[in-house]
Amino acid sequence: MTNRKLILENGIVFEGQAFGSDLASDGEVVFTTGMTGYQETLSDPSFAGQIVTMTYPLIGNYGINRDDFETIDPAIKGFVVRELAQTPSNFRCDTTLDEFFKMKKIPGIEGIDTRKLTRLIREMGSIKATLTAAGEEVDVEKVVAKLKSTTFPTNQVEQVSTKTPYPSPGRGKKVVLIDFGMKHGILRELNKRDCDVVVVPYNMPAEEILALYPDGIMLSNGPGDPKDVPEAIETIKNLIGKVPIFGICLGHQLFALACGADSFKLKFGHRGANHPVKELKTGRTELTSQNHGYAVDPASLEGTDLEVTHLALNDGTIEGLKHKEYPVFTVQYHPEASPGPEDSNHLFDEFIELMNVDTRKEQHHA
Amino acid sequence: MPKRQDIKTILVIGSGPIVIGQAAEFDYAGTQACLSLKEEGYRVILINSNPATIMTDTQIADKVYIEPITLEFVSRIIRKERPDAVLPTLGGQTGLNMAIELHESGILDELNIEILGTKLDAINKAEDRDLFRNLMYELGVPVPESDIIHNLEEAHAFVEKIGYPVIVRPAFTLGGTGGGICYNDQDLNETVTSGLKYSPVTQCLLEKSIAGFKEIEYEVMRDSKDNAIVVCNMENVDPVGIHTGDSIVVAPSQTLSDREYHMLRNVSLKIIRALKIEGGCNVQLALDPHSFNYYIIEVNPRVSRSSALASKATGYPIAKLAAKIAVGLTLDEMMNPVTGKTYACFEPALDYVVAKIPRWPFDKFENAKRNLGTQMKATGEVMAIGRNFEEAMLKAVRSLETGHKHIEMKNPEELSDQWIEKRIRKAGDERLFFLGEALRRGVTIETIHDWSQIDLFFLNKFKNIVDYETVLKDYPHDKAVLRQAKRIGFADETVAKLWNTTESAIYDFRKENGIIPVYKMVDTCAAEFESETPYFYGTYEDENESIKSERESVIVLGSGPIRIGQGVEFDYATVHSVWAIKEAGYEAIIINSNPETVSTDFSISDKLYFEPLTIEDVMHIIDLEQPKGVVVQFGGQTAINLADKLEARGVKILGTSLDAIDRAESRDRFEEALHEIGIPQPMGKTATSAEEAIVIAKRIGFPVLVRPSYVLGGRAMEIVYNEEELQYYMEHAVEASPEHPVLVDRYLTGTEIEVDAICDGENVLIPGIMEHIERAGVHSGDSIAVYPPQQLSQKHIDTLTDYTTRLAKGLEIKGLMNIQYVISDDEVYVIEVNPRASRTVPFLSKITNLPMANIATKAILGQSIVEQGYPTGLAPIQQGVYVKVPVFSFAKLRRVDITLGPEMKSTGEVMGKDSTLEKALYKGLVAAGMDIKDHGSVLMTVADKDKEEAIALARRFTNIGYSILATPGTAKAIEEAGLKASVVDKIGSNGPTLLDVIQNGGAQLIVNTLTKGKQPARDGFRIRRESVENGVPCLTSLDTAEAMLRVIESMTFTAEEMPKQEVRG
Repeated sequence: MTNRKLILENGIVFEGQAFGSDLASDGEVVFTTGMTGYQETLSDPSFAGQIVTMTYPLIGNYGINRDDFETIDPAIKGFVVRELAQTPSNFRCDTTLDEFFKMKKIPGIEGIDTRKLTRLIREMGSIKATLTAAGEEVDVEKVVAKLKSTTFPTNQVEQVSTKTPYPSPGRGKKVVLIDFGMKHGILRELNKRDCDVVVVPYNMPAEEILALYPDGIMLSNGPGDPKDVPEAIETIKNLIGKVPIFGICLGHQLFALACGADSFKLKFGHRGANHPVKELKTGRTELTSQNHGYAVDPASLEGTDLEVTHLALNDGTIEGLKHKEYPVFTVQYHPEASPGPEDSNHLFDEFIELMNVDTRKEQHHA
Repeated sequence: MPKRQDIKTILVIGSGPIVIGQAAEFDYAGTQACLSLKEEGYRVILINSNPATIMTDTQIADKVYIEPITLEFVSRIIRKERPDAVLPTLGGQTGLNMAIELHESGILDELNIEILGTKLDAINKAEDRDLFRNLMYELGVPVPESDIIHNLEEAHAFVEKIGYPVIVRPAFTLGGTGGGICYNDQDLNETVTSGLKYSPVTQCLLEKSIAGFKEIEYEVMRDSKDNAIVVCNMENVDPVGIHTGDSIVVAPSQTLSDREYHMLRNVSLKIIRALKIEGGCNVQLALDPHSFNYYIIEVNPRVSRSSALASKATGYPIAKLAAKIAVGLTLDEMMNPVTGKTYACFEPALDYVVAKIPRWPFDKFENAKRNLGTQMKATGEVMAIGRNFEEAMLKAVRSLETGHKHIEMKNPEELSDQWIEKRIRKAGDERLFFLGEALRRGVTIETIHDWSQIDLFFLNKFKNIVDYETVLKDYPHDKAVLRQAKRIGFADETVAKLWNTTESAIYDFRKENGIIPVYKMVDTCAAEFESETPYFYGTYEDENESIKSERESVIVLGSGPIRIGQGVEFDYATVHSVWAIKEAGYEAIIINSNPETVSTDFSISDKLYFEPLTIEDVMHIIDLEQPKGVVVQFGGQTAINLADKLEARGVKILGTSLDAIDRAESRDRFEEALHEIGIPQPMGKTATSAEEAIVIAKRIGFPVLVRPSYVLGGRAMEIVYNEEELQYYMEHAVEASPEHPVLVDRYLTGTEIEVDAICDGENVLIPGIMEHIERAGVHSGDSIAVYPPQQLSQKHIDTLTDYTTRLAKGLEIKGLMNIQYVISDDEVYVIEVNPRASRTVPFLSKITNLPMANIATKAILGQSIVEQGYPTGLAPIQQGVYVKVPVFSFAKLRRVDITLGPEMKSTGEVMGKDSTLEKALYKGLVAAGMDIKDHGSVLMTVADKDKEEAIALARRFTNIGYSILATPGTAKAIEEAGLKASVVDKIGSNGPTLLDVIQNGGAQLIVNTLTKGKQPARDGFRIRRESVENGVPCLTSLDTAEAMLRVIESMTFTAEEMPKQEVRG
């Protein structure tokens, strides 16, 4: 195995062994605490542009299978693990993580003290970093200087969103799913409920969307800062009140911005499968899967039509919103799970129910 | 939801004595629960018969009752204390069964007492096989094809339908007692017959065997608001077919994808919600390795051994929170005690691997069946934490203290390939080590998988370990190779062997080259949040998180896994020592490897290191912490055995010095010391060969007591009556050598006395003297001990006090000591001195109200007994009579001879206390699980040498209306004495034999003394085992029988006819 370094913007260097692609890569280093689900994680488009650290030390144990992808081409910039499994074992295993990364040209590093790295990120916040090319000797100071002067692109949504609309047919409710970097899980949950889904690019204008005559609109998850996709905010403004809307993650943040609220960057984000979220109406707490670096600013809700429905139990950040007047609700977490707990899977049923109620209402008016 | 205000007083039911399947984990759970309830302001009443527990310390609950956990006694306490509620879910199966009995007796309804935690209905649904299956059908959760059977015919009918193999699980039993896998009719007949006997409801579940499936466990919690979480999931390395308590287990699961993980998580949460459990619950599942098919195996609606393991593996204190949930608090309003900053309603994220390996008693029971199956046999377990699987596993291996430091057998060259295959195919206690040998011989992991069904993932990991041995061999003294070897968990001792050098040379080489471990925190959240839990494990990484504090510290070594001879008593002493160190103003640091115990609860000490108790692992911590010294006298032989190596490395041993320890334990030096002090001991000498032993024995005269030096719990100790037996013993039981001499002592018959004492260097405090019911020759741990002595004259008490004081001073004891004496022919002899805390510390501490381990620790730290405000000399005798009765787990261990002798066999103990010896004995025997009948039949079969004494007992049995059954020889002797005895034929005769009588319930009590030889084939052995299998008390010492008789006599009125009047003519 050849050596590889992970060099942080602040000059701290981790030396480990390379796996996957031999190429070098830059990105923002983040960590996620999920103990299973590395395949879903590495293929989650919300991680676009990021180097993902798995806090659980043994990764690759059950290999890579054909089923558990959240996208076809992963958008992560690199993967950091304590130990990569050499010989995975699971009946669905089709290839190893190492082989898969070689094919997808994603660099990985193993053998480093990932807990130390996690603690650093916890203290300093998410940080820019370089994964060096396998076996390459680099001048750390130069790398750090380059990292400091680099601004990462802010068009991650454009990178991961579909370029053209496509259908995923069903016989039930007609749903337009706006792809900001959609996890397949969202589509799977809608299809499971027999929805007739059309997935559309992030920048499709509202009138084109409405011309598909949807029963409801789904705003997907996606990478980066919601403020980097102003066109989507405009689109959503024009959709509110027309049909029921359900938003997840970035979709949730975009909806908040569309209603006049503000968002801010979290120090090191929420990434993992064990985040408790409290529903204010029932007082019930659910364990949720989360992956976000930004959140909606509670102070900015004043004067908007937004009502908080869910809060993070631990840090009190906003986890769910609804529109006071129109049938729109959004959550910061991932009810589609994959990876993570399926406690809030029922939100998709609630979306279907919302569309049912809305259709009945329309018929009544007609 | 706020805690409930409508209840004030809560009765907590403990789990009673330690038996296989129910051990120290319930002391941990119970202690946490009681403290947790007190913290919320409730009045806590505790009942537990086990004195060797922290939970029965009077400061843990508002009122502590050390009484038998039987309907009779619990009801009496309930009537006296009038609790508002009962919390049974922290006392294991004992607690749950008691709750059901209480309910059925009607007392709970009568007094309007509520059951907290898990409702009765849920207990029944989870425990009753039929109701459980129905619930699973309702929920649409798959369970293996099965049937409830009530007799053998039904069992055969089921097998005809689905075929062999099938698993038999008796209902409402503990640790799978009486169950097993059956491959044929013979297995089925045996297992079902015994299973039905063990089930209190005469009911067994027969189910399709799904052996070979992955066995996965989920520890789940739920509150009254229906919030439900998974604390931890675990994967058994051994697939389905071996009781989870006997399986090697890792946490979290290793081979499950996210889909599989959450599929099983969902169903676990569905079940706890359906059962409406408010507290903790354990769900065991079987997952097909080749599909998404799964089955529910079992649900335990209470905290369990697995939840203790999960608590230690994650840091999440399940029992503590379960108790709070039981009184109405909810997960979303309680803080996570580990981080102190986040809420308890979350699922811990691990960033390490945890391995658990059970500790089995087969080293003590050579004849026991070593096969593992659905009936648990382990007495304890070890846990280890590492940053990879190999590291965690190898750390766990060296924590076991079975002599293994690596996955290898002791003399591998003596093992044939066939034998290795056999021992891998059929799971046993040493499978892991045979596995290592197979890999070393080049057997492929695929072949081993075929033999064992162990997942290839794990086999690959074991192969990594074995492969790295070759790398080490090829690169002697290569730093990079050594570092990698340490990263995958190799012990210095293993590396030393491969590099042909010594363990300490490797240690020094590593230190020179900076290859030392760092310590990472167990924080429940994979470092996502800052936490201040002082709970650490060692690993070879970059960043060290354990920072030495400014305060002066003292390290206490724990006692490792629970085994026969070194039970929970030593954890009790360890915990008290830690508390005393804290009180004395030092930082108290503990090192231990046992996940079941109170000592490894991170809230006990200032710092907890969950590490193996080997010199290497302990020294790393000492290097980092630079403590004032190390306390070794509370951690049993585990800690004592490290003393010389620690001192050799310049570490200060606090308390009795190494030299003094050696003087007490090395036979020749001890003899010299006794001679100096002027105290007699039985004649004896050490032998380093068989020839020498025979010479010594002939000189001092048979019978002699033989045993290896430096052992615990009388391992391999025997009384031999002639040269032939001695020869056999020397050849088979021990390996005598100059380094490991064998002690040969004159065997003195007489009353055995046990004394514990504390010495501060100047003064000696003797909390109490205990007298044993059984004469010398029965191991003190297996004897019934009585406080205060009932038959000793003041003269002997004075002598014992004088000897003990002189011994403590003469041997330069600082801290605790334990002395065994025998009084033979009116003369007091010293048999043994243990320069450390003994098994009787908790028993005596509780009786005398003298916190012995605490006083001893403070004395060690320099505060004299007088300065501490305690008296010196023999403490005043307490009111009442207290007995310590041993408890055995023979029902779990097939083929083990139950005869009491010099080698310890009990797994736990209970205390009986009352105003008279008879009453105290009654309570003790009942608490120990013996069924005392005031009428019935006693079956007597005794050795010739015991016949005279047996006749005296037979006469007394006759007087209270017991009928006597006896084998021809014994019957003849009894009849000759003018008593009636029905003859029962010996085994193998035509008519109804002994075995029939026992099997048909014809005897309520059996008195059997040992005939010569230890061959299992002998009749005596069959009788004793048959009594165990049928749950009939079998007493193998006439002294125990006499005690039992006294109890029965005191329970009954005599039935004597009027004396005939002589009519004078």
